[in-house]
Amino acid sequence: MSAVELLQLFGHFMLLSMLSIGGAITVAPEMHRYVVDEHAWITDAQFTASISLAQASPGPNVLFVTLIGWNAAGWVGALAATVGIMLPSSLLAIGAARWTRHRHQRIGVQAFRKGMVPITIGLLLATGWILAEPGLGQPVLIGCTLASAVLVTKTRINPLWLILAGGALGVLVAR
Amino acid sequence: MASTESAQQPLARPNSAAGLFLAFNRLALRGFGGVLPWAQRVVVEEERWLDNREFVEQLALAQVLPGPNVVNLALMIGDRFFGLRGAFAALAGLMAAPLAIVLTLALLYAGFATRPEVGAALRGMGAVSAGLIVAMAVKLAPTQRRNVAGWAFIGASFVAVGVLRWPLLWVMPVLGGASVLLTARGLRK
Repeated sequence: MSAVELLQLFGHFMLLSMLSIGGAITVAPEMHRYVVDEHAWITDAQFTASISLAQASPGPNVLFVTLIGWNAAGWVGALAATVGIMLPSSLLAIGAARWTRHRHQRIGVQAFRKGMVPITIGLLLATGWILAEPGLGQPVLIGCTLASAVLVTKTRINPLWLILAGGALGVLVAR
Repeated sequence: MASTESAQQPLARPNSAAGLFLAFNRLALRGFGGVLPWAQRVVVEEERWLDNREFVEQLALAQVLPGPNVVNLALMIGDRFFGLRGAFAALAGLMAAPLAIVLTLALLYAGFATRPEVGAALRGMGAVSAGLIVAMAVKLAPTQRRNVAGWAFIGASFVAVGVLRWPLLWVMPVLGGASVLLTARGLRK
């Protein structure tokens, strides 16, 4: 990948950063169009593998972007893609947090802080629903979802055990 | 229940930027299939740096802004306690170890993620993650108390985005805008 292409990648990911409301995964289709279809910097299989590998690893899912950059241009590509997707949104997040902290008594800011809370809770439930959907045909997986929701709400069990058990059950069910 | 207990005790402060780094490092490494429930558990229940109400308000702001929610949340919490240094410490804690793991996996064995057993394990872990996210929503929902409109907005945004799969880019301004306006009217009274 040439230096110009690297800059193009960096610039485009900075742009996508500002559009990624709901997380980097929401701009994945546009990212795919740009790096696979338009520029052929990586293959379709590499794109899909980047997303699955990031999901199989601990940590924020935004790491799939790092892998896309790494597949396209090695270490510099990983750096360009990661900094590109994170820098603009991060600066905005810090700026917005400070802005609202300094104006926390204004009615508009208070209304925003309190008014967005139910939407946030609804979106968490929606995320839970979307994550549970692939398992809806399998009673064992539905059981996993319900059991972990109840156990984590009602007991002090470490959820890590539940995730391990879920992974093991997933493999057993697939056999 | 852990969440009500923590609400009654006084809140703590991270003792240093290094403390922020370590806490975010810890929660990131536990976050298979979603870091957000771990953020709530570590920041609210284990470290008690925020209570549930403050946490969900920060998360609400993190969510309307572009960028990964948990990254925005880490930056905001870090900045709140130690300014830019704190924001950077929390972000580094969140990203460094997972970045090393994901790149090592990619270097060692690119075919890892496409193996059928990995897919099957991920489905099982995904089912549990779904439960963890739901549990987190259940713990945060009491912040609404008897606010009927709030419960209605919870239901509406769940149905719109989760069930009907309408795009977030317009559900957020429409439902969020309506909820904020309604809240503003209540505050003026």
